[in-house]
Amino acid sequence: MNITLSINGARIEVDVPPRMTLCDALRQKLQLTGTHIGCEHGVCGACTIIVNGRAVRSCLMLAVQASGATITTVEGLAHGDDLSPLQAAFRRHHALQCGFCTPGMLTTLHALLTEEPYASEERIRDVITGNLCRCTGYIPIVEAALDAREAYQRSRESAPL
Amino acid sequence: MLMEADGEAKLLAGGQTLLPVMAFRLAAPAILIDLSGVQELKGISIDDTGVRIGAMTTWRDIEDDQRLRTAAPLVSAAIEHIAHYQIRNRGTIGGSLSHADPAAEMPGVVVACDACLEIVGSNGMRSVPANEFFLGPLTTCLSADEVLTAVRFPPWPATRLWAFEEFAQRRGDFAYAGIALFHETGATGLVENAHIGLIGATSVPRRLGVAEAALNGRRLDGETIAAAAQLASSEADAEDDIHASAAYRKALVGTLLERALKAAAERAEAL
Repeated sequence: MNITLSINGARIEVDVPPRMTLCDALRQKLQLTGTHIGCEHGVCGACTIIVNGRAVRSCLMLAVQASGATITTVEGLAHGDDLSPLQAAFRRHHALQCGFCTPGMLTTLHALLTEEPYASEERIRDVITGNLCRCTGYIPIVEAALDAREAYQRSRESAPL
Repeated sequence: MLMEADGEAKLLAGGQTLLPVMAFRLAAPAILIDLSGVQELKGISIDDTGVRIGAMTTWRDIEDDQRLRTAAPLVSAAIEHIAHYQIRNRGTIGGSLSHADPAAEMPGVVVACDACLEIVGSNGMRSVPANEFFLGPLTTCLSADEVLTAVRFPPWPATRLWAFEEFAQRRGDFAYAGIALFHETGATGLVENAHIGLIGATSVPRRLGVAEAALNGRRLDGETIAAAAQLASSEADAEDDIHASAAYRKALVGTLLERALKAAAERAEAL
């Protein structure tokens, strides 16, 4: 089935089998392999992407359901070679080791902080209960998110929702 | 379409249960009918007849609706226990109720609240009380040509006391057991109209009638609470499973009821 959607700012048309998951379509049809597939049944959060402004698990959506949607994947966070404020904070705080969970952590936290730039540490911790990380113990991830809040607060002030 | 498919089709709501089930090859429906484009099934309306939530309304939309914190507080309170941020962004109330997982929160909440479920099928529309909707684990009274379209909650008096308590191994996991309760306090300070919904411990969500009877007409003191908790424990017909023994679950039900009654009483002080 042919679908048209917007991914990271580009309008894309792609032919997908009706039962192909969105994460498989991103990786196999569009070579957007930044989105990682962990458990394939909605538990680990690695495949999180942002669909129409909301963080969702791309393994729990069929690609055809994304027809007409506006999608941001981890590839869409940086501006060229410049890391986004959240990505830069991850780097500063060593918020990743093996990196498998990182795309899902970044997209989840980007969606959260875009909507809630003043999110508390408790809120941040609660939201990333949906993302498993086996390396870091979460502490540097939470620290990075807290550190990045200021940039989201500034962009909220300059361009209110 | 459901009728034409002759039992071969499955309705796809938010997909947060059906897609994992398909990923595990536990289901392979020949035809999937995606309901996400049906706007009529989405939305929340509140008036003096109560609250109506369309079946395709997402947890996130329910969570964000501040009116529900007073119009259907048990619904709002249950949401934070339902799965995780990303799942709540797509999962729907109708999908969860139709799936009828006994460990899910919302089936217990609708039973506790005397909600009615609106169902549309080839024979037209019917409204089913929540306690008649769930027939067993993953089994409802929906027939093959029917779809759940909305949930209707009766009006919620402002002075009603309520609490939602559950215990899960990890945040967002299915609970070992949960309690959704409300009651009113009569002019003489005695408990009236106690409703206790039990989640997770039994094969279908149910009310704990014996414990309710032990509360009605009593003053809510330590003795009443302890007696109700004891009765709830023995009334909860829990079974052993891979997660916990029946004895553990029964004890947990009593503890959760005690916590819930105390939490509801704290709300009385805040009124």
